[in-house]
Amino acid sequence: MNLPIRPILVALRRHKAGTVLIALQIALTLAIVCNALFIIHARLANLSEASGVDEPNVFVIKNQWAAERPTAQVDAQVQADLLALRQLPAVRDAAPASGYPLQGGGWDNLVTLTPDQTHPITDSAVYTSDEHFIDTLGARLVAGRNFRPDEVMVMGTQQSITPPTVIVTRALADKLFPGGHALGKSFYAMGTTPSTIVGIVDPLHRQGVSQWNKAYAGQALIWPLRADDARGIFYIVRAKPGQLAAAMREAPKALYAQSRMRIIDPKDGVQDYAAIRHKVYDSDRGMAILMGIICAVLLAITAAGIVGLTSFWVGQRRKQIGVRRALGARQRDILAYFLTENFLISAAGVLLGVVLAVAFNLWTVTRFELDRMSLAYVGVGVLVLLLLGQGATFAPALRASRVSPVEATRSV
Amino acid sequence: MLAYYFHLGLRSLRRNPALTTLMVMAVGFGVAASMITYSVFRAVSGNPIPDKSAQLFIPQIDGWGPQQNQKGEPAEALTYNDAMALLRAHEAKRQTMLYPVQLAVLPDGKRDLPLNASGYAVGSDFFAMFEVPFRYGGGWSLQDDDARAADVVISGELNQKLFGGANSVGRTIDLGGHDYRVVGVASHWNPRPRFYDLFSTSGFADEPDFYLPFARALDLHMYTGGRNSCRGELSFTNWTDYTQSNCVWITPWVELDTPAEVASYRSFLTHYAAEQQRAGRFNWAPNVRLRDVAQWLDHERVVPPESRISLAVALGFFLICLVNTIGLLLAKFLRRSGEIGVRRALGATRREIYTQYLIEAGTVGLAGGVLGLLLTALGVGGVGVLFPPQIAKLAQLDASLVGLTLAVAIVATVLAAFYPAWRAAHVQPAWQLKSS
Repeated sequence: MNLPIRPILVALRRHKAGTVLIALQIALTLAIVCNALFIIHARLANLSEASGVDEPNVFVIKNQWAAERPTAQVDAQVQADLLALRQLPAVRDAAPASGYPLQGGGWDNLVTLTPDQTHPITDSAVYTSDEHFIDTLGARLVAGRNFRPDEVMVMGTQQSITPPTVIVTRALADKLFPGGHALGKSFYAMGTTPSTIVGIVDPLHRQGVSQWNKAYAGQALIWPLRADDARGIFYIVRAKPGQLAAAMREAPKALYAQSRMRIIDPKDGVQDYAAIRHKVYDSDRGMAILMGIICAVLLAITAAGIVGLTSFWVGQRRKQIGVRRALGARQRDILAYFLTENFLISAAGVLLGVVLAVAFNLWTVTRFELDRMSLAYVGVGVLVLLLLGQGATFAPALRASRVSPVEATRSV
Repeated sequence: MLAYYFHLGLRSLRRNPALTTLMVMAVGFGVAASMITYSVFRAVSGNPIPDKSAQLFIPQIDGWGPQQNQKGEPAEALTYNDAMALLRAHEAKRQTMLYPVQLAVLPDGKRDLPLNASGYAVGSDFFAMFEVPFRYGGGWSLQDDDARAADVVISGELNQKLFGGANSVGRTIDLGGHDYRVVGVASHWNPRPRFYDLFSTSGFADEPDFYLPFARALDLHMYTGGRNSCRGELSFTNWTDYTQSNCVWITPWVELDTPAEVASYRSFLTHYAAEQQRAGRFNWAPNVRLRDVAQWLDHERVVPPESRISLAVALGFFLICLVNTIGLLLAKFLRRSGEIGVRRALGATRREIYTQYLIEAGTVGLAGGVLGLLLTALGVGGVGVLFPPQIAKLAQLDASLVGLTLAVAIVATVLAAFYPAWRAAHVQPAWQLKSS
């Protein structure tokens, strides 16, 4: 089958407006769809980031103290609270904390190898807790050891205390000591004294998920500090398997039984990780859904537009089709004619679309510091739009191919 | 005649149901996507204090130096020392320092559990500078600032919780173990974005519960309930050491009415920084900024990137819908070439044909607009799925959005119809009559 390209091009010159409109629509659709797919993929990748937490069984209590007290009194209360929590039948373990993975933002320190280094090597999320932290989160200790109870120090309100020992994530260990022998080495995290790495966990997410955290993904350190801030503390609690609901019910009651001079917000004071994850990835999920809807509707509208215009052309050219048929063109020749015509228009549109897609992506890169789009998305987009064009043309083209040769004889 | 053309337009919509549906859907979806994302964008990018945004300025002083500052930009808040120096200098007509504080409202006779409350430590000028509306009473005086008075202004919501909404001026509440006298109850006031505290919030937090004197908060060693950002080695373990550190946590605001006042304040800042350099506290040349509200919102990138990107994508989507509509209108109009030929032969001018088809396009736009309105209403209601709750609840379908949706739909469709209508008006009557 030889494709009648020259006659198609000649015919298209008589339909300049329609041709340009379809090509333009395909180009714009390609530009938007590629970028939307890219955004969707990036956002879904965020949603599936590992936290390092045993999420089905862990929940967090945000506990605020009602009145200011000296650090020693706060510490006594925190210790009593933790004891009460750990004794609950549905609870496996509990730990104090100044922040938790996927909290949405929190404490981070710059890291250096020497105290007088002015340009920090990197940034690390800072968690503070006791020897129960790793078991409570369900995090995996991959090297070294956990903290000993006697290593845990007390940190009062807004105190900058640097413990001599630290547990770091594998990501931070590799960043500081690329050789892989981080255990036993020490570094500075904005303190006057160094901290020596005694253990390595992997993985453990940072508190934040915002764009600037990406450069420091997975980099976190844990200091053996009980954060006895006079204003409040987080209690992280790990329920026994399958007893999350019971533990979440019992825990606040147990705390109020210890003391009523505290505030646990009835609305969001106790949150499981499903809720935490849902909240922190709000905008990622929203963007993915929005882009998904726009993609789907856009493709549908473009396809419908092609069907509409091609149908119009078929209607306009019934006589010419009849003449061709009368002169010996087969049905499949007519079908091939329209499919080829659409392919030529789509190809032109797609070429322009690739330029627009890359331009739009570059704009988002400079404007919003997004990543560069891989050309694979453009490839997929091109393929989708070419197929869409052919699919949308098929029905009208089939109708055209059924035009009877007798139409040629009518009223010309 | 126009009414007749409109009537013709409506009839024509029914004549070609598939094409019509397609066009109306394209316009409807396009305009709805644009309006939903625009309603969010409008909410987050609005001017929170339109009549004073050019008079309110936030001074910044680089206390970290070129090695540690933010790529040449000074920190977004002040250290305790710099804040106190600006406060003492009192170079502006009105000025306030502020930082967020978290306190518990302790139980009284009626409640047995403490209540969580978040608010701000502010200066007496705060209320006049930011035009805080009052239901009862008012702010405190400059003398109260100096006297470190235990005054508090509470929000209408907290007043509702504690006093059932009654006039509580003169009553006492216990915040974190200290008694405060209520001097004012604010009416609902929560400018968004919260331009005055973009250091600790993203700009879209819930309304603060109370405001208490800045000097009093410092006396009680209240640490910031918001952000705190430091550089270098840290070793503070008490209030005094903390306030002497390079940590920034206090947001300053000044009100300057004339360009002369602005210039004078700017030179005061430079002068102050130079003085610090001479004293050996700063080891670098003065690096100060004085931004007004609009510049500050821009600098802090308060509009979430999601909102801009989705607006851009939605507008692109709308553009495609319009290109689509041009093509379909072209098909729809030219299909009636015969009819146009007859009308032209019977004496209709090109202008009349042009008008008729533009009006017909207008009816398509109107139908698309109505569909778009329905979809927008649905979308604004369901926008919570797409945007974080504190931003989603800002998106509202008000009269202006309804009007805008319809207007955009009609105007865009009529614009899209210019070319197809022009083609229709230039149909050759003789040729049409001959061939049909």
